[in-house]
Amino acid sequence: MKDVVIIGAGIIGCFLAYDLSKYDLKIAVVEKNMDVASGATKANSAIVHSGHDPKDGTLKALLNVRGSRMYEQICKDLNCHYEKIGAYVLACGAEEEDTLLQLAKQAENRNIPFEVHTHQEIVSREQNISDEVTKGLWLPSTAIITPWEVSCVLMDNAIERGTELHLNTEVTSIEKMNHGYRIVTSKGEMMSKVVINCAGVHADEVTAMVNPHPGFTITARRGEYFVLDHLKDPVVSIILFPVPSSKGKGVLLVPTIHHNLLLGPTSDPIDEKENVDSTKEGLAEVREKMHKLIKNVPMNQVVRTFSGNRPSGSTHDFVLEEDDLNPGFLICGAIESPGIASAPAISEYMIEHFVSKRLQLLNKNNLPALVLRQRLLSEMSDTERNDKISKDSRYGKIVCRCEQISEGEIVEAIHRNTPVLTLGAVKRRLRPGMGRCQGGFCEPLVLKILARELKLSLNEIVLEEAGSNVLLEKR
Amino acid sequence: MKTVDLVIVGAGAGGLSAALAAWNAGIRDILILEKENDTGGILNQCIHTGFGLHTFKEELSGPEYAERCAMMLKDTDVNIQCGTMVLSMTKDKILTCSSAEHGLEKIQARAVVFASGCRERSRGAIQIPGSRCAGILTAGTAQRYLNIDGWMCGKRVLILGSGDIGLIMARRMTLEGAKVVAVAELMPYSNGLPRNIKQCLDDFGIPLYLSHTITQIEGKHRVSAAVLSQVDEHLQPIKNTEKRFEVDAVLLSVGLIPENTILEEAGALIHPKTRGPVVDEQCMTSLDGVFACGNSLHVHDLVDFVYAEGQRCGQGAAAYLTQSLKQEKCVQVGAAGNVSYVLPQILHFCDAKLFFRVKTPMKNCAVVLKSGTKELKKMKKISLLPSVMEEITVTKELLEQCEDDLTLEVTSWN
Repeated sequence: MKDVVIIGAGIIGCFLAYDLSKYDLKIAVVEKNMDVASGATKANSAIVHSGHDPKDGTLKALLNVRGSRMYEQICKDLNCHYEKIGAYVLACGAEEEDTLLQLAKQAENRNIPFEVHTHQEIVSREQNISDEVTKGLWLPSTAIITPWEVSCVLMDNAIERGTELHLNTEVTSIEKMNHGYRIVTSKGEMMSKVVINCAGVHADEVTAMVNPHPGFTITARRGEYFVLDHLKDPVVSIILFPVPSSKGKGVLLVPTIHHNLLLGPTSDPIDEKENVDSTKEGLAEVREKMHKLIKNVPMNQVVRTFSGNRPSGSTHDFVLEEDDLNPGFLICGAIESPGIASAPAISEYMIEHFVSKRLQLLNKNNLPALVLRQRLLSEMSDTERNDKISKDSRYGKIVCRCEQISEGEIVEAIHRNTPVLTLGAVKRRLRPGMGRCQGGFCEPLVLKILARELKLSLNEIVLEEAGSNVLLEKR
Repeated sequence: MKTVDLVIVGAGAGGLSAALAAWNAGIRDILILEKENDTGGILNQCIHTGFGLHTFKEELSGPEYAERCAMMLKDTDVNIQCGTMVLSMTKDKILTCSSAEHGLEKIQARAVVFASGCRERSRGAIQIPGSRCAGILTAGTAQRYLNIDGWMCGKRVLILGSGDIGLIMARRMTLEGAKVVAVAELMPYSNGLPRNIKQCLDDFGIPLYLSHTITQIEGKHRVSAAVLSQVDEHLQPIKNTEKRFEVDAVLLSVGLIPENTILEEAGALIHPKTRGPVVDEQCMTSLDGVFACGNSLHVHDLVDFVYAEGQRCGQGAAAYLTQSLKQEKCVQVGAAGNVSYVLPQILHFCDAKLFFRVKTPMKNCAVVLKSGTKELKKMKKISLLPSVMEEITVTKELLEQCEDDLTLEVTSWN
């Protein structure tokens, strides 16, 4: 019997596993995909919003503000990337300026640092700002992270503290028993006193396994993005938002931790929750809308397009509750933007309001030391780096030319606590394949290393999910 | 810090040829840094024949060509260090590189030749809508999987782009038992060499759809189908021209980009069209003593041309190192009209060859070299194709007549 089973290893599931594993509890995380952080967590704008935007009185407002204040320390503790680069909300014309000033008021009420700047002031800071922009709300506490990096390190720690992670394991049904729940998965069943549903776009379906009338439904909203290569002269050094509309925060420009530039997203409700195809229309929309904010974007430097589906709830707020009919069945649903920013606060909220009511939370004795993010060669001094190579020469063998990643680093990543089973997982740990050649050179090398380390044949290696094998048969 | 007279980055045809030329010109302290475990570069995966007619007067396979190049250095003391990736270079020519054998090393070079090849334009760069599942590969990556690793990445294949690697792979996959359903090309003409269209598509009955592009890729985990649409004169897909092909792989042969990130980061001037560095007739970049040749300078259609450029580059580097008298006077050379680019972009007053490509095919035309408005040279051409690199020679005497920068253009022959 488990104390807690967490369904879904996105950033919410990972934060809950990390936080709950500090207590003396038996925890399992069940994830239907082959890697953690592979739903909405892997395809979003990677921003820790300051919390100025959500409506007053919502969980989004409460937890975004709180989460935004928690991130810096968490990332510091885990050696994860966190950069407080700041953001502008940009208004074009009188009508948008009104909205902008309302947002400024909201920021003020929430004790979020802000300044209102004129066109000139903005241009003096960011020279490529569009001429149409008339005013900007400067939000210096807005930060960027790499959501999958944070998720992986959180999970590394949860596992270090005894949490079980079951990847490629889909929950097919849940049955309420006398003392807990029976969770049936594609890989067998388990019993648990408490279930926390963090199933992203599927959270409504998972709730429906125990309650035929869940109080919410989820629509997947597709967001499409462009990724630009590392630029010698970055177009912008901070985040740019348009003033928000009913469809969300609009098309943004976001410099990433690794000095790429993200452009997007769109926001289109779609029927198939798992369909993350790029569309001609979506990409055209991003291209058109960004011109309102910025000029001189070198679109010939696009290295990739991607899209992600965020779980948009029928209540227009996060759904954080215990199911009415099922004590101990907890729901983290509809975690759309600002979900990444709110994640640590969502976990804290769920534990404080619900988990602690169902389980006794006793601190674990002998909590192991924190597992930190893998330190890369590029972060080391030459001496340190040579020391590493002299102990294991594979650290000298560079596999990915674009991102300069060595074989040693890849092998190290594969054998960390959170399993690395796919090419996509290697890419999210260390970035081979994210550079300008998009894996053209390194993918065959990474595939071989992965096959060797996992003791699989080359054609058993998949890109992301089961069935996405890269190679078919031997010639 | 180790110091070396001439460091060459890359041991493909360009790098090996540059090394030999520099050696023959008297340079004795030469180090080639190669990222792979063997010399030869991309030739090693090009197991088809058709290489070497210009250089070796016979038809060789890629690996044979690579072997010939390596053999020619056998009797020299050129040092080749394989398994070594160059990570960065300062403009003072200090290279940082990494290898399993020597760890992280810094090398001070007196001259550097970049012969680091090119990379393939990826799916992201051309933004094909649809699924991002497995089974979408650049043609060169598929070639590597097949010819080096021995694995097939698809059984029913659609190829986008009629670049030479795409054409070669159409034949190669067919010979290995795959069905290549079509090759699609966005432009109304092929970007591959005419002989490859004949030998790789026509001879195998593989249809080539000109003015077509992929407008949708379907597939959840692996490609299940791809949709081709015809494009109009603005290269925009035309509605109701869709043809759906059930395939399990899509190969992309949609262009090559010179690989010279390190040069660019060191501050070398990069030409927006070739995407390689701006060079003079000796292949020297805007950085003093730093040279470039082969596909890292501009994308070539024949390895023999890479070899020849490597020779010029090696001689150039040797001349730089031996401080042979250098002409200071120079002019800039630019492309105009239907000329896509011309190399070198800087000419000193000496006998030289200009290499150029056209943007679109032309028949019965005149290649005109002008200095300002003054016509210096005019050459008749019956046919010009974007896939075929052309050349025009200039002499010292001719250059001495010019008072202004040079422009190369192509007009119809009257």
